[in-house]
Amino acid sequence: MTTVVNRRKPRTFKSWITQESTAGYVFSLPFIIGFLMFMLIPMGLSLYYSFCKYDIQNDPSWIGLDNYVKIFTNDKIFSKALGVTCYFALVGTPLKVIFALIVALILNHETKAVGLYRATYYLPSIIGGSVAVAILWRRLFESNGTINAIISKVFPGMAGYNWFSEGPAIWVLIILTVWQFGSSMLIFLSALKQIPRELYEAADVDGAHGIQQFFRVTLPLLTPTIFFNLVQQTINSFLAFTQSKLITNGAPRNSTLFYTVYQYNKAFPNQGKSQMGYASALAWIMLILVSVVTILLFKTRNKWVYDG
Amino acid sequence: MAGRKVWKEVVYHILVALGAFVMVYPLLWMVFSSFKPTDLVLPTSDRLIPTQWTLRNYIQGWKGFMGYTFSTFFLNSFFISITATFGTLLSSSFVAFALQRTNFRLKKLLFVLVLSTMMLPAQILMIPQFMWYRHLNWVGTYFPMILPYFFAIQGFFVYLIMNFIGGIPRDLDEAAKIDGCSYYGIFFRVILPLIVPALVTSAIFSFIWRWDDYLSALLYVDRAYMRPISLALQLFNDPSSGSDIGSTLAMSTLSIVPATIIFLIFQKSLVEGIASTGIKG
Repeated sequence: MTTVVNRRKPRTFKSWITQESTAGYVFSLPFIIGFLMFMLIPMGLSLYYSFCKYDIQNDPSWIGLDNYVKIFTNDKIFSKALGVTCYFALVGTPLKVIFALIVALILNHETKAVGLYRATYYLPSIIGGSVAVAILWRRLFESNGTINAIISKVFPGMAGYNWFSEGPAIWVLIILTVWQFGSSMLIFLSALKQIPRELYEAADVDGAHGIQQFFRVTLPLLTPTIFFNLVQQTINSFLAFTQSKLITNGAPRNSTLFYTVYQYNKAFPNQGKSQMGYASALAWIMLILVSVVTILLFKTRNKWVYDG
Repeated sequence: MAGRKVWKEVVYHILVALGAFVMVYPLLWMVFSSFKPTDLVLPTSDRLIPTQWTLRNYIQGWKGFMGYTFSTFFLNSFFISITATFGTLLSSSFVAFALQRTNFRLKKLLFVLVLSTMMLPAQILMIPQFMWYRHLNWVGTYFPMILPYFFAIQGFFVYLIMNFIGGIPRDLDEAAKIDGCSYYGIFFRVILPLIVPALVTSAIFSFIWRWDDYLSALLYVDRAYMRPISLALQLFNDPSSGSDIGSTLAMSTLSIVPATIIFLIFQKSLVEGIASTGIKG
């Protein structure tokens, strides 16, 4: 009642503060402040620094586009890191999403144990981001580690295989990310539950069974979910940091150097001066790149996503 | 016919259980190896169950390094994760309420910005934020790891809670208004008690993400006594800290105990939380 009266001209503080739009702003205030303080200002600051030479010790000095020019014309490690990251994202993400879909299809089964299975398959995802798992992964793939010990029972030639040499090292990280397909799997599972039974019954009547049902009914109806998972997981893999920093730290010969790790190393090098301006430019390029990839993914959406 | 069906079920369960075993094998290996004598971990790495059980790794590992035991690191992690999670829940539910249940001019813009924060993960902001926090003299304190979370900076949680509030009938708001409730009253008396399930899901995710957050610790913590478990574990893993493989695995195992326990207890609401935010996206 009061809100209607007060909407136009609040007379007292009390009537002003209780009107709908004021309440809306008051409740949004944390985000408004947070966005300015922790997103917009830092981004603006780093945009400015990306045009500067800045080593933290001394004041930044304006050098125009030099950082960007150098990155694109005279930085072999940049293109290497970009290549590694794209490879990881373009190989790892589809594998992960396909795995998630296959396991979801298998677990979409009426049985009492399904909750337990679901939880077990999801467990690696919930703790996969921890330092503990990074340490564990390094140990597992060590040349005298468990993976080799088990594989060499079947293939004795694999004993002592060096997983951390130039070719396979990136695969150690890809396997780690694919192992964590759990949250995509859960999203698929709940999407599968929402497909109406009648559609399958209708398909049965029309004589479509098994595989045909999957390709004609299930898969088209899952395309929005596949799309969502692809977008989310692609962004995640472009930004992978902890695991690659801890497990390989770019070695050997930058063959696992992720973009984020390269950026970190520029800003906080083990030796030599910090290149904050350069790292800021790298951060901005990454931001633009991730946005472009996201937009491209959305552009392809109409071509294959079925919106019912 | 019936016999074939039973067979099919049996084969199904065997295969799925086998797959589950393969999935958790690495974790089982870590847990069981942490109970092996440290010099037997690698020589017997192909067998899961220890032939000799020992607690030495836990006793030895807990002593920590550089004068601090793992109790310090665990307490630090609990402190950071719990306060940051509290801030996230409080601020995110405020903002979610505003965006879902009130009308004001900038609402649409704010909603777009909230979604954009989901696309702007910490890795992109790491350098910008570091420089800004340096200006604020926050480097070397817990501020960067706690304070921002009191300002709803993770769109994921706002979005999750918004979806949940969206499912609460508006009649309840209207009834409360008729009873003389202001928007503040509606939030605290009507909405807040009803969104507890969404808050539980958010709390679990937030806690686990804060607990695992290695990047911020690496950037902002420089003193040994302030290290959270993520950073401490990484340094402990380095042989120069005087650790061995047994004690490293023992401390690694302990570090995932909180997340695992939370997961086992709240498994159901977690699974539903992922499913509901996923679908709407």
